[in-house]
Amino acid sequence: MLTAALRKELLLQWRTRAQLMAVFVFGAAALLLFSFAVGPNAEALRQFSAGFLWLGLLLSSTLTLAESFHEEMENRALEGLLLLPADPRALYYGKALANWLQLVILGVALVPVMVVLYDAGTIRVPMLLLVIILGTAGLSAPGTLYAAMTAQVRSKQTLLPLLLFPLIVPALLASVKATSLMILGDPMGQARSWISLLVAFDAIYWSLCGLLYARVVEE
Amino acid sequence: MPPTIAIEAEKLARRYGRRWALSDVSVRVAAGSVLMVAGRNGSGKSTLLRVIATAIRPDLGRVLVGGFDVVREREDVRRLTVLLGHQSYLYESLTARENLRVVTDHLGRGRESIDRVLDRVSLASRANDPVQTFSAGMRKRLSFARVLLQEPQIALLDEPYGQLDPEGFALVDQVVHELKARGVTVVMATHQVERVATLADAVIVLEAGKVQSTARGTTAC
Repeated sequence: MLTAALRKELLLQWRTRAQLMAVFVFGAAALLLFSFAVGPNAEALRQFSAGFLWLGLLLSSTLTLAESFHEEMENRALEGLLLLPADPRALYYGKALANWLQLVILGVALVPVMVVLYDAGTIRVPMLLLVIILGTAGLSAPGTLYAAMTAQVRSKQTLLPLLLFPLIVPALLASVKATSLMILGDPMGQARSWISLLVAFDAIYWSLCGLLYARVVEE
Repeated sequence: MPPTIAIEAEKLARRYGRRWALSDVSVRVAAGSVLMVAGRNGSGKSTLLRVIATAIRPDLGRVLVGGFDVVREREDVRRLTVLLGHQSYLYESLTARENLRVVTDHLGRGRESIDRVLDRVSLASRANDPVQTFSAGMRKRLSFARVLLQEPQIALLDEPYGQLDPEGFALVDQVVHELKARGVTVVMATHQVERVATLADAVIVLEAGKVQSTARGTTAC
């Protein structure tokens, strides 16, 4: 059942792949605008680069998460699946995994933009990739649940960030800190504890949201 | 020997906000029969079908479908029923074939029957076109294909003739005949009273959410 749900999500994402490009351009534009706020101070830009990357990713994620429910609501396709009956947990994990993949691609694509704009390179690329994978998992799990909750309301684009942002503060903080340590150096070996926090956050929310999804999408 | 009861609703009530869409509705539908639900717009026909299909919950009363309670045994009810509603349940960016594949994949069934049902609803030539390029009538046909693919024991058809051309009307008639011949229980909410009168074993008329009258057969009460 999970395979079927994931296959459907990936197919839908492939058909609307132009949307991902638009979201990437939005994220890159956000990174560019953040650099204007700091001004031509190379050291400050490098210092804040991790925060800017994750803010750009966070803002972009609200667009992709909300969009992932657009087709589900258009002809009540999600209701159609539930009436088959499809397992709501499989539907949730299929969508959350697909959203996660999309956010990982977005995060990886935004790294070169960050490097160019803020001169914030790192040689610890595999670790940075790990942080992006874990950090975006922390955005995707609760983000998919809240996107489902807000999908049927008129002001979903406003409501989704309002609900989601306070919830993901621990994941965001850990992602920013870990990324910053990758870029600026980690002489004290602190990255490991931030990554552990991300793993714990992901484990809790990926379990909890899967259980809550049925209550959210069923009447 | 009395007929087996496929659907049994007892003092069913459902409201939207403060307005009661259904009130004190009691219906029994014999297995393998065709029940027509008639009534004006807003009389509660769609709500009745959606409650039976477990798309929405009743506020009061009890509904058993195939002996299963629509609130407590929702999954079991869903395995027996299929709802053709006002919404097509289709993904706009997917093709007709892909939409049906989504159904078979989630049901854990093979894809062999997809081409057969597409041919049955005269959409074989458009199988690989995205649904967003379809007319309203073609979407309705594809929704019908979805119903046929699921092979239900109870088919809940809400305005099955809506948006269809005369050829489509004949298709619906044939499909209902076939379903009936296979022993499938059919509940049809429609304004095409004269057309369906020949197909139906029983008729109920809803008015402002209440059963105003019943006609023919003993399956509806």
